[in-house]
Amino acid sequence: MRARAGEAVVFGMIVAGLLGILGGLVLSVGALGTPERVTLEVLAQLATVLIVLFTLLAIVVLTLVWLERKQLARMQSRVGPTRVGPFGLLQPVADALKLIMKEDVAPGTSSKLLFFVAPLLVFVPGFVVWLTIPFARDVVVRSLDMGLFFFIAISVLSIVGLVLAGWSSGSKYAVLGGIRAAAQLISYEIPIIMTVLTVAMLADSMSFVVVVEAQRTVPYIVLQPLGFVVFFLAGLAEVGRTPFDVYSAESEIVGGPFVEYSGAHWAIFFLAEYVNTFVIGAVAALLFLGGWSWPFGDLPAAAGVALFLGKTYLVVMAIFWVRATYPRLRIDQLMSLGWKVLIPLSFAVVVATAVQLFYDWPRWTLPAMSLAVLAVPVVMQLRGGRRRALAEARRYAERAVVVEAKPRPQRPQEPLEPQEAGA
Amino acid sequence: MGLAFFYIAGAVTLFGAIGVVVTRNVVYAALFLLVSLAGVAGTFVLLYAEFLALVQVLIYGGAIIIVILFGLMLTRTSEYEASGENRRWPFAALVSIGLFALLAYAFLADSALYNSSTREAISVEELGRELFEQWAVPFEIASLILIVALIGAVVIGRAAPEDDEPETGPGSTQR
Repeated sequence: MRARAGEAVVFGMIVAGLLGILGGLVLSVGALGTPERVTLEVLAQLATVLIVLFTLLAIVVLTLVWLERKQLARMQSRVGPTRVGPFGLLQPVADALKLIMKEDVAPGTSSKLLFFVAPLLVFVPGFVVWLTIPFARDVVVRSLDMGLFFFIAISVLSIVGLVLAGWSSGSKYAVLGGIRAAAQLISYEIPIIMTVLTVAMLADSMSFVVVVEAQRTVPYIVLQPLGFVVFFLAGLAEVGRTPFDVYSAESEIVGGPFVEYSGAHWAIFFLAEYVNTFVIGAVAALLFLGGWSWPFGDLPAAAGVALFLGKTYLVVMAIFWVRATYPRLRIDQLMSLGWKVLIPLSFAVVVATAVQLFYDWPRWTLPAMSLAVLAVPVVMQLRGGRRRALAEARRYAERAVVVEAKPRPQRPQEPLEPQEAGA
Repeated sequence: MGLAFFYIAGAVTLFGAIGVVVTRNVVYAALFLLVSLAGVAGTFVLLYAEFLALVQVLIYGGAIIIVILFGLMLTRTSEYEASGENRRWPFAALVSIGLFALLAYAFLADSALYNSSTREAISVEELGRELFEQWAVPFEIASLILIVALIGAVVIGRAAPEDDEPETGPGSTQR
């Protein structure tokens, strides 16, 4: 009995602590840079903003779910959802209602409270990042001088949630998924940090607003195409979209950390996945596609927001496109892609940018160097791919010959004959 | 108001630290550590050291806690049910008290540390300049040590391929 009470106290402390983290995160966003300005009014404003932001993000997620289903369907010569609402637009709403009404089951072997808190830990970082992402020059909740660094630092936290979800489920597949998630996300964090660093070097600032203003004439995807490629791939892996969804691979570990979840808590994971995808799309749009700016002069704020959202949706649709195109990597392929291809490439990006900036070479040398470095893995892949395909074909041919050369076993015929004779 | 937040951040830090010591489940201990470190990050925010606060979240929250959890998940937590019974606790207590005394002495001896009235945010630019101009040598030494540790980890991992956990987090050293 006493042990039970002790456990309850510990549980209570954990919940209090985790809520403290969430509250602290929100609070520190409000306080960053100007701690003396934080008053209760500021906090109340922040709370209102959070509610508005949550509603907006929920709507965005609904559109994303619909968009993904429709797009995948079109790419596979299907039509996708059509029944609920015009063009099936209300299908995600119906799905969400269904999920919320489902029973929320926790397995008997799980650590209940952690099990229910883990989805929040995955969701909150992706949500908090939105507080610092500008939609247009003045359309932003809190414009931070260190916005890029804030994005990196906060988005790392969702790994803890995934690992916890895996551990607290008390199921082998979930634990495996949690370990895979930790390994994968830590590995792919490095290329993301490196490419974001490149952008900070180019713009000479870590503020999203300054970065976008610096791309007024030439977006960084033109200056640093390799950086965009590395960021896009690492970003895909970071949110666990399909070619990189190794930690939740249904065919291997039946959903990884999410196996045991159902109902509303599974819905939070689902929400988190789409919010994080949208974050990657938005950050890619801000860092490489010029955010709300375009080369033909200034835009009014509303048009800027629309342009930014359009670019974001474009990146997100590219992510869906990749999902429709490529099969899932194996875990070893995933790790070797991360460590042997993306990390060296991301370092090459940083070095090339540093050299160009330090020696003040003309600007066109940067895309030239970037493309030259990008050509290395592409050429290696093409040549290696042909060699590998040839080797594989030869192996198949040899095996075919060997099979042909062996005499076929004639097992079934011999016992049959005497029977026939008897009949 | 700032003072109230300071007390909150301090309370969170202490709460997490006590939790680490009190709980008997190592995974919970790791989480309490995360809470405590988050509290420290909050303190940094209130001290205008936002860069340090974010570094704290990135390095401790993102990397160290994950490595600890990683190590713990690869081992069985049932082995640590009684991890509170450590025969070397007097030694640990001595070290902790000594460290605390040293810090307290250093803090109290130099009144400039707590009487300082200049409270200004230091920009990343200044920080980088200081780090790479005035403190370049210590910085390089630190990175050298990290690289040596990295190579060492790889070598140890290679030498014993049977061991499933060459990475030594605080959890796995207990084995």
